[in-house]
Amino acid sequence: MVQILHARSGELITSLGDLQPKSTIYDVKKAFAKEKRKYYPDRQGFKTDPRGKMVKDGDTLESLGLKNGSRLYFKDLGPQVGWTTVFLTEYAGPLVIYLIFYLRPSIVYGEDAAELPYANVVHIAAGCWSFHYAKRLLETVFVHRFSHATMPIANIFKNSVYYWGFAAFVAYFVNHPLYTPPAYGDLQVYGGLAAFVIAELGNLSVHIALRNLRPPGTKERKIPRSTSNPFTWLFGLVSCPNYSYEATAWLAFTVMTQCLPAGLFMLAGFYQMAVWAQGKHRNYLKEFKEYPRRRAAIVPFVL
Amino acid sequence: MATATVKASSAGGDGRRKANPNMGENNAVKAYLVAYNVSQMLGWLVLMIKIIHHMAAEQDVETLYAQVEPILKIFQTAAVMEMVHSAIGLVKSNPVLTGFQVFSRVFLLWGVVWSVPEVQTTGYILCFLVAWTITEIIRYSFYFFSLLGQVPYFLKWCRYTFFIILYPIGVTGEVMTIYLALPHVLESDMYSVSLPNTANISFSYYYYLCFIIFSYLPVFPQLYGHMLAQRKKIISSPQRPKKE
Repeated sequence: MVQILHARSGELITSLGDLQPKSTIYDVKKAFAKEKRKYYPDRQGFKTDPRGKMVKDGDTLESLGLKNGSRLYFKDLGPQVGWTTVFLTEYAGPLVIYLIFYLRPSIVYGEDAAELPYANVVHIAAGCWSFHYAKRLLETVFVHRFSHATMPIANIFKNSVYYWGFAAFVAYFVNHPLYTPPAYGDLQVYGGLAAFVIAELGNLSVHIALRNLRPPGTKERKIPRSTSNPFTWLFGLVSCPNYSYEATAWLAFTVMTQCLPAGLFMLAGFYQMAVWAQGKHRNYLKEFKEYPRRRAAIVPFVL
Repeated sequence: MATATVKASSAGGDGRRKANPNMGENNAVKAYLVAYNVSQMLGWLVLMIKIIHHMAAEQDVETLYAQVEPILKIFQTAAVMEMVHSAIGLVKSNPVLTGFQVFSRVFLLWGVVWSVPEVQTTGYILCFLVAWTITEIIRYSFYFFSLLGQVPYFLKWCRYTFFIILYPIGVTGEVMTIYLALPHVLESDMYSVSLPNTANISFSYYYYLCFIIFSYLPVFPQLYGHMLAQRKKIISSPQRPKKE
């Protein structure tokens, strides 16, 4: 029997009987959800110390030192939404929004805009942008294996504002009737395009390598390493080459379009990914004694 | 089982937690912060005296700003140091929140009042000057005493009570000043960039200011509510031990 108390108030919520030493936290969550139907398992968070960190679904009661009469502290994580749902929403928006600006400029810039020709690079940019987000959508469905099933519902609004907002911001200026093509002409456009394509392939390669690292249906964690695909060799220098490639792709897009809004989008994305990369890098270092020390988080030798 | 680490708690005054543990007991840091807070306190005091003197003697709001401009510029702009203090851990406050507060003041001063001389003669200047001055004198004194170890209850009371009227007065002054600046900004096209250009970006300072005005709507109630909540926690019963 385990007592369940509120992490904040310390009040007793209920006692759960049907548990063994080898029962996992997930079993606790299932039992709790049976009694308190509002709190589906993904919404439950448990701690052994009210101010400590949350325990994992896979931990057994005995591994946590919990015996008959022990206490677990409950935290309501709030309404949850699936990661897949969030990703599809946040990525579909930019695809649609950019294409509206590109395909129906008269809606945004007035009727005259429909007749005006686009510079070559504007077409290429639309292609790149669409490819990037189509790739993300497909990866969400076919490639990624998520550790957590859900995240708090507020995230879907926050993330969508970011992605959709920036999509409109960039699209508005690249597809604008008064858009000015790059100063160095074709060299800049095709050079940028080449770099973009390489970076996208790199990012995809790393995503696939990461997927293959984790057997289906498990939440197993292993050290990611280079594979036979040369794009993955960046693992030799950084923990999160997928972020490195992504930042590079947007840098390439910015150079290709010579568009400051795209540059701002790249900086915002790079900042966020750098934060994530440092977190993951730290986790890897903590979790694996033999983690290669040569690696940086996101920028080789630097960050 | 878990050993509780005993934190060297030195006087942090009321609610002002000790900063970066490495700097915690550092006397040089403390001396510097005391000097900073005292300087600010004195600066805003001088400003208040000037305002009172001018309004009593001249009774003319239109010439007020010209009188106080140099001092205001120095001491309000110096508040940028608070962002630095917060960012490097000298003071334990939220760097983002501090940045936001300092930025909004400095922006109004330089981005609106200094940039659009036409608004320097309106009565709304007096509104926010009064609000800022009183608030800052109280705030810096509060910090000064916190550094010394104990804040007089009266000062604490002032800090968490005066805002009730000062916030609305100050916000009114600020918003109206920006509003009155709008036509001049539109006409002069200041700080704005239009297409076409090689960076492929445009920026309209006029629309930016409109956005700032609108942002007061959600932001002000939040800040005000936060202060009210703080007041309840801190003022309600200083004698009774806090119940958790």
